[in-house]
Amino acid sequence: MSMQTHGTHAHAKHGKGEAQAAAGIANEYLTFTLGEEEYGVDILKVQEIRGYDTVTRIPEAPAFIKGVINLRGTIVPVVDMRIKFHLGKVEYNQFTVMIILNIAKRVVGMVVDGVSDVLALNDEAIRPAPEFGSSIDTRYIRGIGTVDQRMLILMDIERLMSSEEMALMDRAVQ
Amino acid sequence: MAVDISRFRQVFLDESRENLQAMEQGLLKLEQGGGATAEDINTIFRAAHSIKGGAGTFGFAEIGEVTHLLETLLDQMRSAKREVTSGAVTVLLQSVDVVRGMLDAGEKERANDAQAVAALTEALQHILGSAPAAAAARPVEAPAKPATQGWRIRFAPHAHLLRSGNEPGRIFRELARMGSLKVEADLARLPALPQCEPESVYLSWTLSLEGAATREQVADVFAWVEGDCDLAIEPIAPAAAEPKPAEARTAAPVPAAAETAEAVVDKPAADKPAEKGGKAADKATAERAAESSSIRVSVEKVDSLINLVGELVITEAMLKQISGLLDGAELDPALAEKLLNGIAQLDRNTRDLQDAVMSVRMLPMDFAFSRFPRVVRDLAAKLGKKVRLRTEGEQTELDKGVIEKIVDPLNHLVRNSLDHGLETPEDRRKAGKDETGTITLRAAHQGGNVVIEVADDGRGLSRDKILATAEKRGLPVREDMTDEEVWQFIFMPGFSTADKVTDVSGRGVGMDVVKRNIVELGGQVDIESEVGEGTTITIRLPLTLAILDGMSVRVGDEIFIIPLNFVVESLQPAVKDVKTVTGRGRVVKVRDEYLTLVPMHELYGVGAEVPRPQEAIVVILEAEGRKLAVLVDELVGQQQVVIKSLDSNYRRVHGVSGATILGDGRVALIVDAGALTRTMSKAA
Amino acid sequence: MRQMVSFTLKQAGFDVTEAEDGKVALEIAQKEKFNLVLADVNMPNMDGISLIRALRGLPDYKFTPLLMLTTESGGDKKAEGKAAGATGWIVKPFNPEQLVATIRRVLG
Repeated sequence: MSMQTHGTHAHAKHGKGEAQAAAGIANEYLTFTLGEEEYGVDILKVQEIRGYDTVTRIPEAPAFIKGVINLRGTIVPVVDMRIKFHLGKVEYNQFTVMIILNIAKRVVGMVVDGVSDVLALNDEAIRPAPEFGSSIDTRYIRGIGTVDQRMLILMDIERLMSSEEMALMDRAVQ
Repeated sequence: MAVDISRFRQVFLDESRENLQAMEQGLLKLEQGGGATAEDINTIFRAAHSIKGGAGTFGFAEIGEVTHLLETLLDQMRSAKREVTSGAVTVLLQSVDVVRGMLDAGEKERANDAQAVAALTEALQHILGSAPAAAAARPVEAPAKPATQGWRIRFAPHAHLLRSGNEPGRIFRELARMGSLKVEADLARLPALPQCEPESVYLSWTLSLEGAATREQVADVFAWVEGDCDLAIEPIAPAAAEPKPAEARTAAPVPAAAETAEAVVDKPAADKPAEKGGKAADKATAERAAESSSIRVSVEKVDSLINLVGELVITEAMLKQISGLLDGAELDPALAEKLLNGIAQLDRNTRDLQDAVMSVRMLPMDFAFSRFPRVVRDLAAKLGKKVRLRTEGEQTELDKGVIEKIVDPLNHLVRNSLDHGLETPEDRRKAGKDETGTITLRAAHQGGNVVIEVADDGRGLSRDKILATAEKRGLPVREDMTDEEVWQFIFMPGFSTADKVTDVSGRGVGMDVVKRNIVELGGQVDIESEVGEGTTITIRLPLTLAILDGMSVRVGDEIFIIPLNFVVESLQPAVKDVKTVTGRGRVVKVRDEYLTLVPMHELYGVGAEVPRPQEAIVVILEAEGRKLAVLVDELVGQQQVVIKSLDSNYRRVHGVSGATILGDGRVALIVDAGALTRTMSKAA
Repeated sequence: MRQMVSFTLKQAGFDVTEAEDGKVALEIAQKEKFNLVLADVNMPNMDGISLIRALRGLPDYKFTPLLMLTTESGGDKKAEGKAAGATGWIVKPFNPEQLVATIRRVLG
């Protein structure tokens, strides 16, 4: 099935990114919050950002899989990261945000507390993840970045979403 | 600008494969003698010629050399300088195989099978080296005149026609659907402008409809205006066919080349030559017409088109829903009406568009049937049997996806019929039958389904043998089983009654796979068999995989779609008919039958308990011979839904066969009735 | 029957107004202009053929397709209906697809 890439992230790009890109290898990250923590995912994996829709529940799914939505004709599963990682307050209202990700040729919706920014980070600005310190298993963390004194946990979103514990894919696909 | 030619390589490969198939078909037809026309040889020649041309361009030198020899040989046959012997046909058929192998090798960038190529080249040169025999004594029948090419219709409405609400435009549209329509208006009755009454019809028309429509079909279109017009329907006289003498004369099979295998496939040459000739000519014309007016488009493009149209349908449904709310809104009524009219028109157009786009994916059954003449020929030769293959309804259209998936099961069934169904010529003679057995492949539309039959006139299934085997395998056997129940055993995994295992069939792998494949396509298989008379296997398939007729039911806040072909009935149960069985849950009594009753919300873990069960609805499902009663809150309606895959972005879910998008944009899950009945019968 | 027809047509995307008999139908049709009228030959109060005759007499329905639903496949009712101004007929029983197909064809 073909995927239409949406322009949302293109508009959200910051000028900052360009300046740093010239300096070295800088990647852009979409940052979002889960409770008190701030996370980032590779912007190239983000297809669009949208509000929370009514979902259709799916039998035999874990609680954090809210169900499926219709995204321009494609059936897309929605994961609530707040439930999955026991972070933040689980509410659904007009401010609830969903990041639509493109992962392993699949589309997944991810509910988070809020989307904050698009930041560019040089590889030098990223340190390996310590053994503890976040609610998410270090296997799914690419590293820790620091931006203006803030700590940013960079997720290996592809690995997380394809993992067996997310139960998003048939075993055969992994 | 340089053109990257390699991009077209795949096109060449695809087209060449099609050309080979055309060659194969033509050659098999030649071999059957009687029906072959000069045009058939010409078709084979053209196919070989275009492969040769492409091979040169794309650097397949060896293919070029082989097809050059083919072309030379075929050219001699075409111009009646050389006879079409069965030996030559066999070599030509071998060349088809070899070239096919060369194409495969080329695609995978492997080396050609040098031995096969050398052997073929030698065989071809051998034939070419021998002096061409004089043209045969018996010319192939000149193509008979086709009965009718269409209808000339003289339609002169009476002046008051419009006042019955009938419109010539509608009639023309309907006719245009049956074939190619030419409309000529006759203005003779048109009075001078001042005398014209706007409500009267002054024109009359002469219509030429070219196509296969019958007189009844044409007359049917005019049924409503009978008495309101003068009408004459006449067949269009076919143009006198004047075959060039040279072309009409192709050779009769004289078994000169004794070094080749004898043709075992029966040649019903003398059967009904005239009729066959006529048909063949018809078909050739139709095929040529089809060739020139089609383009090659990738399936992905078509599918993305279908997807988009699906979206359009949903958007349109949303618009319509919103327009329903306009009543309350403060809006200029004239403007509102315009908007509503626009939406109504959009609605019609969208649906037409949907139909049109879906039809693009449809292919004629011929796509699947066309490979069988070769399969049957080769297999019959191997088994020493005489077989005539008949195909009917090749033009029946079916979704490409379904056709592709049905080829393997059909192949298996045909092989089975040939191997087990048909007797040897001696046995048939002893049984007082024609030595040559018949296998018939038949396709037809029946309602929303396509029915495909594989029939043979062989020995039929042996009830005793099947029962004995079933017993040996420890399957539940009763003497009073109906034939139908007994035949079902052959669909069990590993079931075979063959006395000896052959490499054709008989290892017992297959019939279960055949059945499973067909059921997966949403179809069903039935067997009819009569000892000594033969066996008919009937496959019933949905027209398309993309759309299904569903019943939408509500459970709590969720809507589920149950495929209509699994729904037996729905009813509101009387309180006394619902009983609790200890430890087993509930059952419902429906006409003396107790069925397991499961609330849908329990099955799917969604929705909520119905507060008053007596107000709920019981839907009785039947799949794979098992029934199950499910309790839902409400029946919402019946609708066609576009099936969307759930596992393209998620995984498979037990009990769910897919999803669809409702008019309001929400997603509804489609119930997998087969899985449900299977699970429940295991649990019981 | 009426429910089946109405349900089928609504499913097919048509905007459908129902009337329980011929009289009511005529009243509704006088207030609102319809693109097509389906009249069952057998209706209480005013039968389908009378309804068609009455509608055809209205300026708004001079050219409107007026179809009758009839069980009689014989020519009698058809001829009577035609004389009253019916555009055509649909013979019962019919399946929903046939109904929808016919109506789509008539509406172009």
